[in-house]
Amino acid sequence: MLEVDFACVGAGPAGLGAASEAARRGLRVVVVDENARPGGQLFKQIHKFFGSAEHGAGLRGLDLGRRLLDEAEVAGVEVQLSTAAWGLYDGQTLALSSEGGVRRLKAKRLLFATGASERALPFPGWTLPGVVRAGAAQTMMNLHYVLPGRRVLTIGAGNVGLIVSYQLLQAGAQVVAVVEMAPTIGGYGVHAAKLRRWGVPILTSHRVTEVSGRERVEQAAVVELGDDRGPVPRTERVFDVDLVCVAVGLTPLTELCRLAGCVMAHSPALGGWVPAHDEDMRTSREDIFVAGDAAGIGEASVALDEGRLAGLAAARDLGHLSDSEWAEARGPVVERLAALRGGEQGARIAEAKASLAARVRVGGCGP
Amino acid sequence: MIGGAAHLRRTGFLSEGELAALPGVPGLDVIRRGRVAVIECAEAIPCNPCETVCPKRAITIGEPITRLPSLDPSRCTGCGLCIAACPGQAIFVLDYNWSDSEGTVEMAYERLPLPSPGEAVVTLDRGGSPVGAGRVVKVRQVQAFDRTAVVRVAVPKGTVLGVRAFRMRGEGGR
Amino acid sequence: MVCSGSWRIRTHPILGSPPERPVVEIIVDGQAIRALDGEPVAAALLANGMKVFRYTESRGEPRGLSCAIGQCTDCMMTVDGVPNVRTCVTPVRPGMRVQTQHGLGRWGEKDA
Repeated sequence: MLEVDFACVGAGPAGLGAASEAARRGLRVVVVDENARPGGQLFKQIHKFFGSAEHGAGLRGLDLGRRLLDEAEVAGVEVQLSTAAWGLYDGQTLALSSEGGVRRLKAKRLLFATGASERALPFPGWTLPGVVRAGAAQTMMNLHYVLPGRRVLTIGAGNVGLIVSYQLLQAGAQVVAVVEMAPTIGGYGVHAAKLRRWGVPILTSHRVTEVSGRERVEQAAVVELGDDRGPVPRTERVFDVDLVCVAVGLTPLTELCRLAGCVMAHSPALGGWVPAHDEDMRTSREDIFVAGDAAGIGEASVALDEGRLAGLAAARDLGHLSDSEWAEARGPVVERLAALRGGEQGARIAEAKASLAARVRVGGCGP
Repeated sequence: MIGGAAHLRRTGFLSEGELAALPGVPGLDVIRRGRVAVIECAEAIPCNPCETVCPKRAITIGEPITRLPSLDPSRCTGCGLCIAACPGQAIFVLDYNWSDSEGTVEMAYERLPLPSPGEAVVTLDRGGSPVGAGRVVKVRQVQAFDRTAVVRVAVPKGTVLGVRAFRMRGEGGR
Repeated sequence: MVCSGSWRIRTHPILGSPPERPVVEIIVDGQAIRALDGEPVAAALLANGMKVFRYTESRGEPRGLSCAIGQCTDCMMTVDGVPNVRTCVTPVRPGMRVQTQHGLGRWGEKDA
């Protein structure tokens, strides 16, 4: 059985950031990821990121992904792809499954950076081939150069729905409309503005009533909602589409945390049930860290910095960083995270995270 | 966000009133003087590549980086580096006095096919509604723009304030 | 920018052209189709305009791609005689035999 200092489950920005920080300080680090390619969702993000120069602002997600992979390689991180971590034994031993079979990996410190899953939205016709989650459209277009549809209706005007709709335009599809139940657009105004000026309607206070077709999506019907959130009569509209792209939110993937007995907490601002964790991403289990979307839905830059904090803490735990070295390395990362959480959306998340940190110290309730 | 930006929240594009209140959008008198950037950024997003990239330090955000960018028109030369650098594609360069009858609007463009200089287009406003006829005069693609092309469109002078996109002839409607 | 009649993106404003990959043949429900070596089976099917991957056990309803990252199981098909294979995370191999799966599928059936 392989024994290492630090095992990271997930090779997205959080996992890679953590692994690089720890490996640079001399820890033996292994990252495992069930996917055939590393980078999590980064390589699908073909748009330029917000942030500051230190955040790699203006960098496209896919370029940030390449940088992180280079960094991990230079630091000597071992990345095992197509390797699923499905169990945790004796508190510190991961059970792994890959094409070669089942094996174990023991580590003194563990990071669960397992990301999130996209929510489904039930409506008549929601199971028809051609109804996909927004990330699926991204995966097909941006990783595999396959157009998932030519005439698209997007459900959800949060950042994901707006960004993916624009990427569909870039790939050569036509987006007939973005439909949003709420009276206002949830995503950033600049993302919405790009769609509006290039001719994509954003229908706020609208709901999809039915998607239909013979064995595949052919039509989508929407209706306007009144102040009482009920349908307004005679506002039904039917669009001819071959793809319905659903972008209604993300849920943290936390099975390993729960398996490990981490204290969990429900946090709407963070997307649902998350493991309670402190400012250094440590859960209620001293030897287990969490970072990225699994610790609360957020952007890639946040995931990366949270990963770095976890990596630094692990290095200090195992005596590879003195207290003062740790404080010095940690300071700029904490500042960057605070800067990223400066806006309105960010403030809610900062508050939720502070509340979780308190939970870790006190011990909370959860499944 | 400036004044709640209710119109932006509801429709996805800025109203005249919301635009006028932005520190990155110069007044009409400045725009009439000639080539200048217009930063249509209205939300407190933690983001400052425009400030970093401007070679003339005409754009100021400062700290915290959620502050809205403000433009010093006296420093701006209209080079357009900010157009490509803005992750939100919220920056345009206007040249009101490009000719006696026409002005130009320069904008970020990340689609295919790329238009060609001389190509006739239908110009669109912030809401995607057709404004009128336009003509592509320049398409810039340089390494520093990182795969964002910058397209300059000549339009009747009066429409410079409203034109923010275009449709190439032959492209269908919505 | 998509050539008409093809679902493959030949050139993309940000991504450029796709990396070169050998064209291989896979057999879907007895019919040979062109795929790219190593791409996910689901991508090959979508590129050929195929969207229905299986029919459900109890009501026989069609299912296709949903999450595309191996989490939801909507895309499962029978591949080389093995049922319940997640086609979105399974790479194409030359000569692979893929079948639309009905219900829970059956082991060992390689030919349509």
